[in-house]
Amino acid sequence: MAINQLTVFVENKQGALVQITEALAAANVDIRALSIADTQEFGILRLIVNNNEAATKALDDLGYIIKNIDVVGVKIGDAPGKLSGALDVLDKANINMEYLYAFLTRTEKHAYVVVRVADNAAAETALTDAGFHIITDADVAKL
Amino acid sequence: MEQRYYQPEIETMPVEEIKKLQSEKLVKQVRHVYDHVPYYRALMDEKGVKPEDIKGIEDIAKLPFLTKADLRDAYPTGLLAVPQKDCVRIHSTSGTTGRRVVAFYTQHDVDLWEDCCARAIMATGCTDEDVCQVAYGYGLFTGGSGLHGGSHKVGCLTLPMSSGNTERQIQFMMDLGATLLCCTPSYAAYLAESLREMGYKPEDNKLKAGIFGAEPWTEEMRRSIQDALGIKAYDIYGLTETSGPGVAFECSEQKGMHINEDHFYAEIIDPDTGEVLPEGSKGELVFTSLDKEAFPLLRYRTRDICVLSRKPCSCGRTHIKMSKPMGRSDDMLIIRGVNVFPSQIETVLLKEGYSPNYQIVLDRVNNNDTFDVNVELNPEQFTDTVGSITAMEKSLAAAMKTMLGINPAVHLVSPKSIVRSEGKAVRVIDKRKLF
Repeated sequence: MAINQLTVFVENKQGALVQITEALAAANVDIRALSIADTQEFGILRLIVNNNEAATKALDDLGYIIKNIDVVGVKIGDAPGKLSGALDVLDKANINMEYLYAFLTRTEKHAYVVVRVADNAAAETALTDAGFHIITDADVAKL
Repeated sequence: MEQRYYQPEIETMPVEEIKKLQSEKLVKQVRHVYDHVPYYRALMDEKGVKPEDIKGIEDIAKLPFLTKADLRDAYPTGLLAVPQKDCVRIHSTSGTTGRRVVAFYTQHDVDLWEDCCARAIMATGCTDEDVCQVAYGYGLFTGGSGLHGGSHKVGCLTLPMSSGNTERQIQFMMDLGATLLCCTPSYAAYLAESLREMGYKPEDNKLKAGIFGAEPWTEEMRRSIQDALGIKAYDIYGLTETSGPGVAFECSEQKGMHINEDHFYAEIIDPDTGEVLPEGSKGELVFTSLDKEAFPLLRYRTRDICVLSRKPCSCGRTHIKMSKPMGRSDDMLIIRGVNVFPSQIETVLLKEGYSPNYQIVLDRVNNNDTFDVNVELNPEQFTDTVGSITAMEKSLAAAMKTMLGINPAVHLVSPKSIVRSEGKAVRVIDKRKLF
């Protein structure tokens, strides 16, 4: 079920993000969501894209370290309180989150949350049971 | 400044007499080593030199060299020249694998070493009226013990502080009125800075002089320490292989260090050919211990590049002077007083499962060495959380600290991001401009 996240190690050097986004554009990759965790010296770029293979190849060719990992994507209503409702479900199920980020689309009246947990299946079951819709890579490609 | 000597008859001995003394001692020492150190005997035999070929100091170039590699091969007791039961102490260099050197001392050896340190202390004008704060590390490192022993011989009140614990250093310095400070120059600068931060002015302390060694330092650093502490700062030279600090020391001229020639004979050689160079030439410094019993190294190549000079000195000492080391003829780095070989970093990386692609970056900020190691991250080790990467950096730094004795800042960088020139990586970037 889970969706694929492209995870890229980026040194804090001027122009690194420009280089990455240009390479993705050249490979005709659409970025659906993006988040960066950074320290003074390096950042970890997390990307949800419409074409994982093309994106991986483009960045691999530039010598970046890339890791494809599975994360949980949840569809939530685009209204106040919806995110906390989803997080509350995970909390009640005793599922710890490493990190999360959210994104919107132009066409739908929905928001999406990307959640990184240790046990994807448990998180998905808890969220599904609570009535949330879990998205797949096929859903992402269509967004 | 009034000149004071610890052993005036030796320190001001006419040069001809020094040479005579050196000749007598060398002849005896070569016989001692040949008879008791099979390792060196083999080197002499290989070169076709017999003890009887050495009739005086002028014959010294006939003897084979010893290098750090020999010391490693002979570890731990292969160069010991007396029964172990006659030894009273060891000291050792910092490296934990391969590079470690263990030096043995009889009581006679400790005495002559402490005499050398006592000469260094009295050359700063200090006497038994003085309070000597020894802030070099005690233990396997020679710095603490050497100056401690010298301070006792002079009769100073000795404060055996060892290194670190700056607050306590300052408390004892002020409360007990230390007049002589012995430590690494970078720690002296750090103490000066701490004193300033605590609101003390240079005239608030009772210090008159400092004896600073175990790492390279510049004239600018000397001036800055002198101004900050209101003292005269003197350089001291030595290495564990020859005994420790005190092999050579600065006098009131503060220009070059007098080598204790009655115990250590110095030569300058061409590091490539091994040929002895005339006085005044720049080359690699080679030492022969003339009368140490337990660990008497003959023609030991220090890898330090410097110049010797026998120009008469205003302090009255007749012993030859060596310049501050101007560089190394190998890749050893001295960082915060500790000897570091780049190969040690490589060993740690391989052991910890990293590729040996690294770069050491050294700089000096506020008179203290910064020590950064950039390491290329392996794709297999990469995870998506910041915490795991910083944890990897911390655990690598801890492994390096265990190996080297000092703490680097480790930075994981992208693969292939470390600059390679002509296919060969530049392993060390030293921005300290020490030489």
